[in-house]
Amino acid sequence: MALKIVKGSIDRMFDKNLQDLVRGIRNHKEDEAKYISTCIDEIKQELKQDNIAVKANAVCKLTYLQMLGYDVSWAAFNIVEVMSSSKFTYKRIGYLAASQCFHESTDVIMLTTNQIRKDLSSPNQYDTGVALTGLSCFVTPDLARDLANDIMTLMSHTKPYIRKKAVLIMYKVFLKYPESLRPAFPRLKEKLEDPDPGVQSAAVNVICELARRNPKNYLSLAPLFFKLMTSSTNNWVLIKIIKLFGALTPLEPRLGKKLIEPLTNLIHSTSAMSLLYECVNTVYIDVNTPPLPSLSLSLCLYLSLPPQLCVQKLRILIEDSDQNLKYLGLLAMSKILKTHPKSVQSHKDLILQCLDDKDESIRLRALDLLYGMVSKKNLMEIVKKLMLHVDKAEGTTYRDELLTKIIDICSQSNYQYITNFEWYISILVELTRLEGTRHGHLIASQMLDVAIRVKAIRGFAVAQMATLLDNAHLLTGNMQRMGICEVLYAAAWICGEFSEHLENPMQTLEAMLRPKVATLPGHIQAVYVQNAAKLFATVLKSQEGNTDSTAAQETSQLMIDRLPLFVQSANLEVQERASCILQLVKYIQKLQQKDVEVAEEVSALFAGELNPVAPKAQKKVPVPEGLDLDSWINEPPSESESEDEQPKAIFAKEEPKHSRPRREEVDEKELAKRREARKQEQANNPFYIKASPSSQKVYQEAPGVEHIPVVQIDLSVPLKVPGLPMSDQYVKLEEERRQKERAEKKKKEKKKRKEKRSGRGKKHDSGPESEEDITPAHQVDIVTEEMPENALPSDDDDKDPNDPHKALDIDLDKPLADSEKLPVRSHRAAEAPKSPTEDGDATSQEPKKKSSKEKREKKKDKDRDRKKSSKHKKKKQKKEKEEKEKKKKKKHHHHHHHSDGGGEEAVQNGTVEEEEPLPVSVFFCFLPLTKVYDIQGNLQDGSQVVVSVIFENKCDSFLKSMEFNVLDSLNSKLQRPEGSGPHDGLTVPFQLPPGVSNEARFVFTVQSIIMPQKLKGTLTFIVKNEDSSTHEKLDFKLHFTCTSYLITTPCYSDAFAKLLESGDLKCSSVRLEGVNMPFHHLLARICFHHHFSVVERIDSCASMYSRSIQGHHVCLLVKTVSIDAKCDEPTLLGNVLDEIKQTFSQC
Amino acid sequence: MIKAILIFNNHGKPRLIRFYQYFAEDMQQQIIRETFHLVSKRDDNVCNFLEGGSLIGGSDYKLIYRHYATLYFVFCVDSSESELGILDLIQVFVETLDKCFENVCELDLIFHMDKVHYILQEVVMGGMVLETNMNEITTQVDVQNRMEKSEGGLSAAPARAVSAVKNMNLPEIPRNINIGDINIKVPSLSPF
Repeated sequence: MALKIVKGSIDRMFDKNLQDLVRGIRNHKEDEAKYISTCIDEIKQELKQDNIAVKANAVCKLTYLQMLGYDVSWAAFNIVEVMSSSKFTYKRIGYLAASQCFHESTDVIMLTTNQIRKDLSSPNQYDTGVALTGLSCFVTPDLARDLANDIMTLMSHTKPYIRKKAVLIMYKVFLKYPESLRPAFPRLKEKLEDPDPGVQSAAVNVICELARRNPKNYLSLAPLFFKLMTSSTNNWVLIKIIKLFGALTPLEPRLGKKLIEPLTNLIHSTSAMSLLYECVNTVYIDVNTPPLPSLSLSLCLYLSLPPQLCVQKLRILIEDSDQNLKYLGLLAMSKILKTHPKSVQSHKDLILQCLDDKDESIRLRALDLLYGMVSKKNLMEIVKKLMLHVDKAEGTTYRDELLTKIIDICSQSNYQYITNFEWYISILVELTRLEGTRHGHLIASQMLDVAIRVKAIRGFAVAQMATLLDNAHLLTGNMQRMGICEVLYAAAWICGEFSEHLENPMQTLEAMLRPKVATLPGHIQAVYVQNAAKLFATVLKSQEGNTDSTAAQETSQLMIDRLPLFVQSANLEVQERASCILQLVKYIQKLQQKDVEVAEEVSALFAGELNPVAPKAQKKVPVPEGLDLDSWINEPPSESESEDEQPKAIFAKEEPKHSRPRREEVDEKELAKRREARKQEQANNPFYIKASPSSQKVYQEAPGVEHIPVVQIDLSVPLKVPGLPMSDQYVKLEEERRQKERAEKKKKEKKKRKEKRSGRGKKHDSGPESEEDITPAHQVDIVTEEMPENALPSDDDDKDPNDPHKALDIDLDKPLADSEKLPVRSHRAAEAPKSPTEDGDATSQEPKKKSSKEKREKKKDKDRDRKKSSKHKKKKQKKEKEEKEKKKKKKHHHHHHHSDGGGEEAVQNGTVEEEEPLPVSVFFCFLPLTKVYDIQGNLQDGSQVVVSVIFENKCDSFLKSMEFNVLDSLNSKLQRPEGSGPHDGLTVPFQLPPGVSNEARFVFTVQSIIMPQKLKGTLTFIVKNEDSSTHEKLDFKLHFTCTSYLITTPCYSDAFAKLLESGDLKCSSVRLEGVNMPFHHLLARICFHHHFSVVERIDSCASMYSRSIQGHHVCLLVKTVSIDAKCDEPTLLGNVLDEIKQTFSQC
Repeated sequence: MIKAILIFNNHGKPRLIRFYQYFAEDMQQQIIRETFHLVSKRDDNVCNFLEGGSLIGGSDYKLIYRHYATLYFVFCVDSSESELGILDLIQVFVETLDKCFENVCELDLIFHMDKVHYILQEVVMGGMVLETNMNEITTQVDVQNRMEKSEGGLSAAPARAVSAVKNMNLPEIPRNINIGDINIKVPSLSPF
């Protein structure tokens, strides 16, 4: 054996370490993947060995491979093994690997809880540090809940190194387990004044991070931060604090005034400001050299200046040659823009100049700023400039960004700044000539929006769209997949819907029925087909007016000739529409041949006006009382049908599913019918609150509030520009027009000065230079988007419901309730159902939701109880006599303990049988006497078992004189102090005030450990109220399982082999039925619940070992479906196997 | 908060990746590629800030990077971090590397990824800045390295010897290549 160890360590020398692996990979450049796969095979072999050094080396290599993109999650269990090594070197490797590849759904994480807890309380601060660092990367809600209390303790550790890490990690804990925020907050606050600057900075960091999301809860900390700001010299801390104040001042305006003084002090006392000036004066030429934190501090300080002044300073930054400063100046500017747009607007020149910068980051920043600088006056000019950039821009990202910005700028606040919609349409049409943009759908939705909402523009828009359709081949060339062809969707729809404005509908109809159309994406073809029908109706109408009926028949023939192409389409939507329309046309043709006038009827199909509906309208429809939207009406339909609700899905990328525009096409009669039906229903529904008679109709008949003032104008603007429009022409025309107008106005002014201006109401949002002088080019009527009747005014739908910070919006100033205390160690709270009377106020502070997982566990526990079987569930067990439970709330906590040797604990379950609605609950845990873990240990002591009991007082009264007594059996006896009789109870050495829990330990002597057994016991105590005191009794049962007598003992494979060969052991086996969990998971469970350790594992077969406190060897050979076992004591083995089976039958 | 720290060379080969938010491995590689693509096409005289790529980030996040000789150090951070502060942090990190590896070069990072991680762990923890004081960082790193050495003790000695022998015969061990270009030049920086 000794030889083997020596041999092993020599072998190890020639194992590949990380450096060898890296070198190997570099030497195999041609067949890297192959080389790595052989390396992974080697690693798999290494992981199977017992030697922890070999395993650690293997895990270290895996971490490297993970960086190269290899999934190493299969080794998660081995990583946990390495993490639990007692050597720091290996532990560190394990934690590093875990932090790189563990995440919330890694199942072995649940096995790490105890290991992490042990490391957190390690006497070596670096063990603790490494555990904290690792935990910060893979903390899960479960870990956070279980470890919150331990970490909180570490916040007061003697070493600042641990303190600062513990403080930082609390933020992660808060995110995962928001209930911990309130109990931990006082201590966190304390750390703001920690003597160590690192800890202080960590605390500031955490609080700033918290306050950024929910600033109002941290207003009360303002004085403290105030103090810190004046005392701290750490620039990092100062920056964070000033940023924090930036978030707080909007909530508390008085704060702003108070801040002025310390801020100006700071400006004078720190060198930051002067440094900045120096920097600006290009003393520092090298980009890398300015002392950055000071600089960014001064930037923060800038932002706290009054906006006017601030913007001026920022201008200096932006004009600087240092690109970083330029960028930051623009960034800061955009923050000010939100609050003080005017002061930024005066720097338009500078920002436009930045648009020409060579650096894309800076151009993007400048673009962002432009959004806030436009006015009616300069919109055309700015957009013209942007269009130039679009033409020059190399790289699609930036060009796409430009495109969206142009559209954003123009469409902002309901097209407020657009004076000439013809110009806007031509801009949109010009944008369609961009090659390879991703934003075809954006342009298309703008076209639709403008055409629908601005009635006056329809004629022009339709003409433009017809040209687009005519030249569709230009668009579809090679860009089909790039999305620009989406605009054809809009074009076709507009031409169809507003076909009465078409000059030459026949030509457009032909364009829409070209064979080339069949190459377009399905949803666009569908729109083509549908709108071809609309056009057809229009054409018929115009042709029937004529005396010559052949023209009309020719049109029908055209339809009949071309439509079959679409009938053959692979796309269902297209096919369906095409065949419907084809049949319809055929029928029409028949009628035509009989000289029947059909045009009227055909166009009636598409009669009626469509109203624009606000994108959020659907969401805003109030839910009628009594309607449960979550209940199924019928069986759940297949998934594919639920796509309608997505608000953005105007144009589904490829699927022909696009609900909104299509829905609008439902013909008017049908709509009217539905509307009527709904009204009827509403009228009959007593719960329906009727709307005041405003609402939708108003929009259609009377001008809406936001209508741009209507001005009578001269006809200097041609309504149509021949050929493809050039937006530039409009700019020129617009200028001429404005000049003319101005001249005219002057004339008028001379004539009637007094009357001037009284007529036109002042506009609020006029630009810097008398904006109201600019009038819209022609009558514009922007139809407001419709909202449903009684829409809820709430505008909170922008918030992301999944934002983890929402849960952290917690009032921190309220005093802490007892119920909010963090779970201590692993006494995990498993609450019994609360009575309705208590639900109200007293417990409202209780953390509202337990994780669903816990609930499930709770339920499982109960189920198990009913079976009256012994049970093992992780580290906790629980029993309740439900029938006797009355209104009183009880908590049954479960507890377990480590033996000092660091071995696995023996866990046992307790039973509480309640006779009365008693105000106390008892929790049990057993552990064998310590030191048995030591292999040399005196197994003679193995006849003793320690039971740890936690008493928790859940009532409002004081409990005292508790006595704990157990009815001894032949086999097990409660150890009583000398001199006491065999039936005397033991006094519990403490009293319990309301809501307090405490732990007592009792030692039992057990003769034989081969059988599980139950002991009956009672607890007597006095309940003391203000006026009375009563004696109470609580009966319970203690259940000792055989597993609880087992101690995790490591065993080497050679020793194990010897043991098996010795022939002393009796054999037995058990089948695991219906267990379908991953094998490593199964092993983990056995290790965990039954205190075994893995000796060797080969694929899906593993040998495991454990030892009883009296020295029985228990060996298992675990396969996926069965366990073969050997033990020198068959009865014990039988019982242990039964318990294992039980464990798996419950999962 | 820092969302991710990426170090890759001029060809986009990752030298260290550290995500503080979970991404699957293939996604991580995609992010590295995208980030490299964004960063590598930028001149050296433009600013060190970049609006985040589409994969990592979104509007609240930005990439802050520095380019040293053959390596890019990229931090992906949200708006709660000060831009210049992070630039400085990168500098602190690189200077610490320089101290710990004595004249750091890309090969040090290639062969000692684990050590680089351990150093980084003392600077940033779980996406939050832990320590900015270089002396404090190097002290803690040194103590831990000493612990590791003492734990290795006698049993590790033969392995070390073998490793030294292995290195001796190979042409591309880190120390043998000392082309000035590969070394990360750490510009001296006035302390703050």
